[in-house]
Amino acid sequence: MAKIIYNTHDDKTHTIDVQKGLSVMEGAVQNDIPGIDADCGGGMACATCHVYVNEEWLDKLPAKEDGEEDMLDMAYEPKNNSRLSCQLIISDELDGLIVNIPSKQS
Amino acid sequence: MNKTDVLIIGAGPSGLFCAHQLGIIGLSCEIVDNLDKAGGQCIELYPDKPIYDIPAFPECTGEELTNNLLQQIKPFNVKFHLNERVEELKKVEDRWHVKTNGKKEFDVASIVIAGGVGSFEPRKFPVKESEKFEETSLFYSIKDKTIFKDKTISIFGGGDSALDWAIELSNTSKVNLIHRREGFRGVESSVQKVKELHEQGKLNLYTKYQIDSLVGDKKIEEVKIKNDDGEIKDIKTEYVLGFFGLIMQLGPILDWGLNIDKKTVQVNTENFETNINGIFAIGDICSYPGKLKLILSGFHEGALAARGCFKYAKPDEKLRFEFTTTSKAAQERLGVKK
Repeated sequence: MAKIIYNTHDDKTHTIDVQKGLSVMEGAVQNDIPGIDADCGGGMACATCHVYVNEEWLDKLPAKEDGEEDMLDMAYEPKNNSRLSCQLIISDELDGLIVNIPSKQS
Repeated sequence: MNKTDVLIIGAGPSGLFCAHQLGIIGLSCEIVDNLDKAGGQCIELYPDKPIYDIPAFPECTGEELTNNLLQQIKPFNVKFHLNERVEELKKVEDRWHVKTNGKKEFDVASIVIAGGVGSFEPRKFPVKESEKFEETSLFYSIKDKTIFKDKTISIFGGGDSALDWAIELSNTSKVNLIHRREGFRGVESSVQKVKELHEQGKLNLYTKYQIDSLVGDKKIEEVKIKNDDGEIKDIKTEYVLGFFGLIMQLGPILDWGLNIDKKTVQVNTENFETNINGIFAIGDICSYPGKLKLILSGFHEGALAARGCFKYAKPDEKLRFEFTTTSKAAQERLGVKK
């Protein structure tokens, strides 16, 4: 398990223990955290699990694949700290990760 | 009014194979899809990407899979209604009357929803004022390119649509291409062409910029763009085009009284019927305990839903289970010549 902190757009904070091996997206969907649509189910084929990662975590995450950057082009208001949460796989290193969910996904 | 046994909503792999299964058991069907071609997500999201988990196909692309499915249902002469989105549904005695946004009407015994994650719609600009300019000076697709002749156009996006239109329109218009990063996801030759045009002064390229706001009364006069540091540039422009790909919207299906959970339709696993008799759901859009969003699951669901449709289309007949290898009736329907 690793603690993942999801800040939703309504200024609520959800701290969830997510099983290692799942994605940050799955952690949100399985725990009914609002704001993550994940239309394609984690296939890097849409951009509806878009999150903003807290700056201090940016370097600690695995680098983006090309496909992820391509998909982020289509996200709603992408920024430098944008990631697709389906591509962030939970591990011990991510314990305490803070992600911010945008106001909408599309 | 199109009268048929079953209306399939969605021409993706699940919908296409369901049409095959309906054909085999002697039911007629027609297919409605919001896109301009069959194939659904396979064609729209990953036509060239290989799929490795279609049973008995070690590898095939989304396009090959779609073409094979179309080939497989050829004997049944299934009628397609493309660029149509289903809007209204009404129960009339024991039949369903369905209307599309293009005013097509259907009279059917049952409905199979194979709508994937909803119908594809263009992804829009995040700024509020964009709405009031839509279809007058702001577009997400181009129907008539002649209106742009000798005008200033600002194109947003980094995929093939944005690049292709930037290249083409730069012949007759003053084009600004704006993209949020330096990399483009379009094909390399187009990226090179755009860079050449930029160097030759035939096109203005703004990378690492995104839209900030639109200025204008009835029509757009200016678009403001900002970079990551918050620096804002004002660009005089007469038209703005956005090519950010497509999003999927469940749309009117939400209003039909179906049990919906997290944008999916709940079904039973016996015949994939929803809470409403005569309406079935298969493929990515349906949910049940253990649901896997795989194409192969959609095929299975389509086969069972087709059989579920039988009693509504032919209430006085009994459906007998048969194999296509030995069934005379099935082979006749397939047009097999002996």
